[in-house]
Amino acid sequence: MNKPLRRIAIFCGILVLALLIRTNYIQYVRADELNANEHNRRVQIERYAHERGNIIVDGEPVTGSVETTDSDFKYKRVWKNGPMWAPVTGYSSQAFDSSQLESIEDGILTGNSDDLFFDRTLSMFTGEKKTGGNIVTTLNGAAQKAAFEGLGDKKGAVAALDPQTGAVLALASTPSYDPSVFAGNSMKDSDARQKLLKDEDKPMLNRALRETYPPGSTFKVVTAAAALENGLYTDIDAKTDSPLPWRLPQSTNLLQNEGNIPCKDASLRVALRYSCNTVFGKMSDDLGNEKMIEQADKFGFNEEVFTPVRADASVYPKDNPPQNAMAGIGQASNRATPLQMAMVASAIANDGKLMQPYMVAQRQAPNLDVIYTHEKEQLSEPLSAENAQKVQQMMETVVQDGTGTNAQIDGVTVGGKTGTAQHGLNNSEKPYAWFISYARTDSGSPVAVAVVVEDGNANRDDISGGGLAAPIAKNVMKAVLDGK
Amino acid sequence: MSVVTNTTTIGAIDAPSRRNTELVLVAFAVLISVFAYANVGLALNGELPAGMLGYGLGLALLGGVAHLAVRRFAPYSDPLLLPLATLLNGLGLALIWRLDQSERFQAIKTFAPAASKQLMFSAVGVALLVVVLIALKDHRILQRYTYISMLVALFLLILPMFFPAVNGAKIWIKIPGVGTIQPGEFAKIIIAVFFAGYLMVKRDALALASRRFMGLYLPRGRDLGPILMVWAFSILILVFETDLGSSLLFFGMFVVMLYVATERTSWIVFGLLMSGAGAVGVATFEPHVQDRVTAWLDPFAGWGKEAASEQMAKSLMAFGSGGTLGTGLGQGNSDLIGFAANSDFILATVGEELGLAGMMAVLLLYGLIVERGVRTALAARDPFGKLLAIGLSGAFAIQVFVVAGGVMGLIPLTGMTMPFLAAGGSSVIANWALIGILIRISDTARRPAPAPAPSPDAEMTQVVRP
Repeated sequence: MNKPLRRIAIFCGILVLALLIRTNYIQYVRADELNANEHNRRVQIERYAHERGNIIVDGEPVTGSVETTDSDFKYKRVWKNGPMWAPVTGYSSQAFDSSQLESIEDGILTGNSDDLFFDRTLSMFTGEKKTGGNIVTTLNGAAQKAAFEGLGDKKGAVAALDPQTGAVLALASTPSYDPSVFAGNSMKDSDARQKLLKDEDKPMLNRALRETYPPGSTFKVVTAAAALENGLYTDIDAKTDSPLPWRLPQSTNLLQNEGNIPCKDASLRVALRYSCNTVFGKMSDDLGNEKMIEQADKFGFNEEVFTPVRADASVYPKDNPPQNAMAGIGQASNRATPLQMAMVASAIANDGKLMQPYMVAQRQAPNLDVIYTHEKEQLSEPLSAENAQKVQQMMETVVQDGTGTNAQIDGVTVGGKTGTAQHGLNNSEKPYAWFISYARTDSGSPVAVAVVVEDGNANRDDISGGGLAAPIAKNVMKAVLDGK
Repeated sequence: MSVVTNTTTIGAIDAPSRRNTELVLVAFAVLISVFAYANVGLALNGELPAGMLGYGLGLALLGGVAHLAVRRFAPYSDPLLLPLATLLNGLGLALIWRLDQSERFQAIKTFAPAASKQLMFSAVGVALLVVVLIALKDHRILQRYTYISMLVALFLLILPMFFPAVNGAKIWIKIPGVGTIQPGEFAKIIIAVFFAGYLMVKRDALALASRRFMGLYLPRGRDLGPILMVWAFSILILVFETDLGSSLLFFGMFVVMLYVATERTSWIVFGLLMSGAGAVGVATFEPHVQDRVTAWLDPFAGWGKEAASEQMAKSLMAFGSGGTLGTGLGQGNSDLIGFAANSDFILATVGEELGLAGMMAVLLLYGLIVERGVRTALAARDPFGKLLAIGLSGAFAIQVFVVAGGVMGLIPLTGMTMPFLAAGGSSVIANWALIGILIRISDTARRPAPAPAPSPDAEMTQVVRP
């Protein structure tokens, strides 16, 4: 009986060998694939097993991590003054992923980025607890506060830039939300998120970057720049060829001005001061669609902007002459994000040079070593320094004795432009109140702001922009100037 | 036969008993297990677990008592079987205790810690081993109970049919006040006794009375009867109790023993053909089995839809996350698998927390037990002992393969438990009894042969008278 016994012994050996091969196969060959599987909860557990790095404003974190016990995720994200900072940080939730800076800089914040490889290896030997790195932002706490509180319970957004560097100084959007309410993994978090998603006011929409509005009269600045750049007009105080009333091309419709203002053959300076639709509409028509698109593109229109958080592309449309004329005064299909209009103001304030907007100044390793510093970068030069200064003079007139007097700051030169954008079919809905501005000191301009308030209730052009939006812009500029 | 040979473990005469080797190895097994237990405590709570002393002493006591019993009642037995079983049982206890600490389990209302119960069952198992060693002076006594054991085995196998299914399989019986018992585990041993007894008597008929057909020796119909009966019976278990594992186990064991008894390859071919036909046949109309097969073919396809599939996928991910060296005891997340993590799927915890290295070590421990069992069969001097030893070790090997292969996705999952490692009273007790019987057979096999009786005729024949 021994021969079959030996064969059975071999058979048993084969069984064990098969198991050994199988365990090698799944634990060695397939290990990476299994670990990367989307259903593998271990990935999530590891992700939340240690403290997430922070997003830093003015040297202080606006985020934090707290230990939780309600699930196997150890740490949960919290925000200090979440509603104010949500448009900057985005959210990071155990159950609902993350967005914006929290998402884009996830590698650094979790500490899993390849850039942190040496850091991780080092702390493996020193036995340090793993933590995430930090993101140092360019935001200005005081400016952000001024913007957020200025908007208050009104619906709207503020974007403020440093014209000389492109640094984002403020990015507010109201109504806002507190990302902390759904940072966890419980039913409560899920309910809170559902409530936010169902809210008609769309609190989770980042209006400063992701909502495009008709820019209204604030766009006249771009039209003026196009006229100067293309040599249509060269002297801002010379009379323009602007009949009143002016009939839209290929149309019987007359373009109207708001109120009885001196727009017939008005100079550029006067036209901008009173916000003459007829002057700028005709200017846009004279330049033509192509040149207007070209100028708008130089200011950053028709392309998404990455700060690194993505901003929707603002649109200056390809269109027929009457629509092009309307787009020239910021109506028709012309749409811009608040960030875009802040970029327009900052390019003019910076003598024609448009800097790439950015909000991540530095990335820090967990041990605070700086692993990345942003170098300022010029995006384009929408207009020459000479022309930029001409537009500056025009905008400063607007604030001195035009529609934007509400933005005046003692002892500082401020340039601005108001706007009230009609929207809805036949102007049926409440207009958007706009204000774009910049402040200028001896050492150039430290801040340019765009403000949009969605529920402007006054109907008269310019006054509502000046009345609702300009004071907010003024406070944001003041906050930046006071901090200097 | 008067030559002393030590080239095999089983020496002819004056073989060393190796009892001291066994003692050292048992002590080693206990020590390793205690280290594992301490490791879990340190990893989970940062301190040595409070129950460590009790656990260590308990395990040492079990190993020690078993060793003393072997030393006294089976002094020539194989020295590896007991330490291997002790090591696996001790590791299993540490793993079960580790899973008891899982917060995910504690959140489940029906969850009850299993480690202390397992220690108790291990004690019962070791007690049963001692009883086997004392009561069973010679394994050949079991031959007398061939047909009684058949009846007992049948009774045990049929019994669960009258109890409600648990998790889709009718393999448990519930005795109020005692708990649930899996009679199949005990039936495994008893049916091996029946097979060994039956085949020993019928082997010549089965082996020799056959016709040649297409190159194979086909047995006569009347000899084919019993094998067809066993085949039908295992299919019946599969159908009525939806217990794929046990059917495979009993049938596999029978084929192995039949092959050894008759030395006819044709039996194996028959066995494979019939089990294949049976499995395919049942799989076509039994949804429980179909689920297992689908889950096996692509575990991730049924994620979130089928429990079996999700469990399988979770098990694979546990193995994968262990990688080569594992996360370390207490530091993995194998409890994500859910309710069966401490029984059917306990190997996934080994895979995740001890890694590929630990898995290979554990599989080799099982391999060694099987190998010692086969060696015992080789060394046994009587056909009954040979058959019983190969049947038991073959069954053990098949069970390990079916369970480990199942949780690793090599074959469809069947729902048996890893011997010694998994939480479960019947399993631990039955497997200690199995080890007890193997120890008894190996003792008989290795016992020095009695000196030949002096032959009164010897002198006479050698005298050459001039």
